[in-house]
Amino acid sequence: MLSRRTLVAALSASIAIASAPAAFAQDELYIPLVSKGFQHQFWQAVKSGADQAAEEFGVRITFEGPDNETMVDRQIDMLAAALANNPAAIGFAALDSQAAIPLLRQAHEAGIPVIAFDSGVDSDIPASTATTDNVAAAALAADKMAEFLGGTGKVAVVAHDQTSRTGIDRRDGFLNQIEANYPNIEVVSVQYGAGDQLQSTEVAKAILTANPDLNGMFGTNEGSAIGIVNAAREMGTEGVTIIGYDSGKAQTDAIRAGLMAGAITQNPVGIGYETVKAALAAKNGETLPAVIDTGFYYYDQSNIDNAEIQAVLYD
Amino acid sequence: MTTTAVDAPKSTLSKIIAAGTHQRVLAFASLVVLLIGFSIASPNFMQTSNMLAILQATSVNGVLAIAVTLVIITGGIDLSVGTMMTFCAVITGVVLTYAGLPLPLGVLAAVLTGALCGACSGSFVAKMAIPPFIATLGMMLILKGLSLVISGTRPIYFNDTPGFSEISRGSLIGEVLPGLPIPNGVLILFIVAGATAYILNRTVLGRYCFALGSNEESVRLSGVNTDRWKIAIYALAGSIVGIAGLLIASRLNSAQPALGLGYELEAIAAVVIGGTSLSGGRGSILGSLIGALIMAVLTNGLRVLSVAQEWQTVVTGAIIILAVYADMMRRKNAK
Repeated sequence: MLSRRTLVAALSASIAIASAPAAFAQDELYIPLVSKGFQHQFWQAVKSGADQAAEEFGVRITFEGPDNETMVDRQIDMLAAALANNPAAIGFAALDSQAAIPLLRQAHEAGIPVIAFDSGVDSDIPASTATTDNVAAAALAADKMAEFLGGTGKVAVVAHDQTSRTGIDRRDGFLNQIEANYPNIEVVSVQYGAGDQLQSTEVAKAILTANPDLNGMFGTNEGSAIGIVNAAREMGTEGVTIIGYDSGKAQTDAIRAGLMAGAITQNPVGIGYETVKAALAAKNGETLPAVIDTGFYYYDQSNIDNAEIQAVLYD
Repeated sequence: MTTTAVDAPKSTLSKIIAAGTHQRVLAFASLVVLLIGFSIASPNFMQTSNMLAILQATSVNGVLAIAVTLVIITGGIDLSVGTMMTFCAVITGVVLTYAGLPLPLGVLAAVLTGALCGACSGSFVAKMAIPPFIATLGMMLILKGLSLVISGTRPIYFNDTPGFSEISRGSLIGEVLPGLPIPNGVLILFIVAGATAYILNRTVLGRYCFALGSNEESVRLSGVNTDRWKIAIYALAGSIVGIAGLLIASRLNSAQPALGLGYELEAIAAVVIGGTSLSGGRGSILGSLIGALIMAVLTNGLRVLSVAQEWQTVVTGAIIILAVYADMMRRKNAK
């Protein structure tokens, strides 16, 4: 009997401790964000942006995400728990947009606005989507490439995949910008490395072998960009301008070492900030654009240590 | 009260039931305390929709916990249940979406695939004498890999089989009692629990399950083909995992091939909280069901209270240790 009492006491104590922070915050507007992840640096950066906005606008937020991007059902449970708290609005980055539709519909029927972030949801329920304009970001990479090449030369693209939204947008954003504005730059090859460093390395080596006169290469995500750097290093290639996408330790090191000319970075802090801001606006009945561009930056050796860039880079 | 029984299976059984009762009462009391505690702490916790969400969240882990309970009672462990669940879901996807066959065949495929996988694990353990931890660790990786290979690493959607999502999301009870839309997934959980408890406590298979966990050698020496019974128990556990595969695929309306790792540990945690001994020979389905409910209530409650996610994990871990410690103290006092 003693042990049972001990357990019961311990359970009650843990609940009492747990409930303390929630008790005083009932009047504030509550906006839960259910993300794709939680402990990764990218998501922590999104969270810090959301925290900034929460403080600025005086709302209370929570930020949760499953342990990894495969746990679709866990994310749905998180969404269900978030809905139970009668939130003012919800931010949601869907791992699988289909799986979440019943709950999103439930939110919609309860009059709780939903803001999608990072990636869209195949549904008209979200009031808006806060995400990187990948087409514009890749076009900026094309402009930078043209600048390095003086407007003439041969370039190739190593993309991460040909079916996902980000893969298509980044590839086409780059290609269309080159085609429209730089008639003397020829794109000799577009290949896919699944975002995998090793696979992208092999793909990039094949491109370099086939095109010894190549002047520039663009990698559409972290794995693709590092693959290109590896290929150039392994083959001893010099004089090829490499532009990457996203950050991460290997990529920032390559830029500091001069192996990579520069890269585009998304703004995860901005994604978090804009999501909370949009959620509040939606709650107040304001109309929102279908897509909120959360911004992006080009960084290279010259500005990598600037506070503005450091805030959006992650290792 | 003894914790390990070396006498004949039949008298062991009655002792086991008596021993299990206390832990079940303890686990049930903890569940009630949690429910009351969370209700006091947050007015949003005790709502019909949230209770349904908790039950829905319990369904998959609960069914997995029931499957693992069987294996643990024999003195084994099954680390493969998470990825086996995914594998069964993927096979259902192949049958329903790739091959376009009717729904009942998809259901059958999941259960049979699970039984087959379970029989494989069981054979590794029984015939090849590989320790269960290693055998099922191997199975876990094999099945994870096969799921990715078969699906081409992409989710398989069930959009062409409209009835499929009803397996978990629909509500037969809700059609009879409109005020109580308990999802079918939860109904299936309770049916599986009832059926498994019956098998465990009222059939020869169940009796050997306990006997194998108590003293395998004496069972063997009394002339029983222990290998065959062990394989049968792993296969039964596998077919229950197949049902979990159906539930999760139906809930997500898709078979997500990369999902599954980590689910086995949550199932084992639920079993342990429910008072089933990891050394075998003792345990109950009801206990595991309550254990799974405790896990779901705890996770949901902490979320509703907006406890930071870092701390949710810490609290869950502490509760597991507390629950097992309380059980051990009680048994020590009883001696």
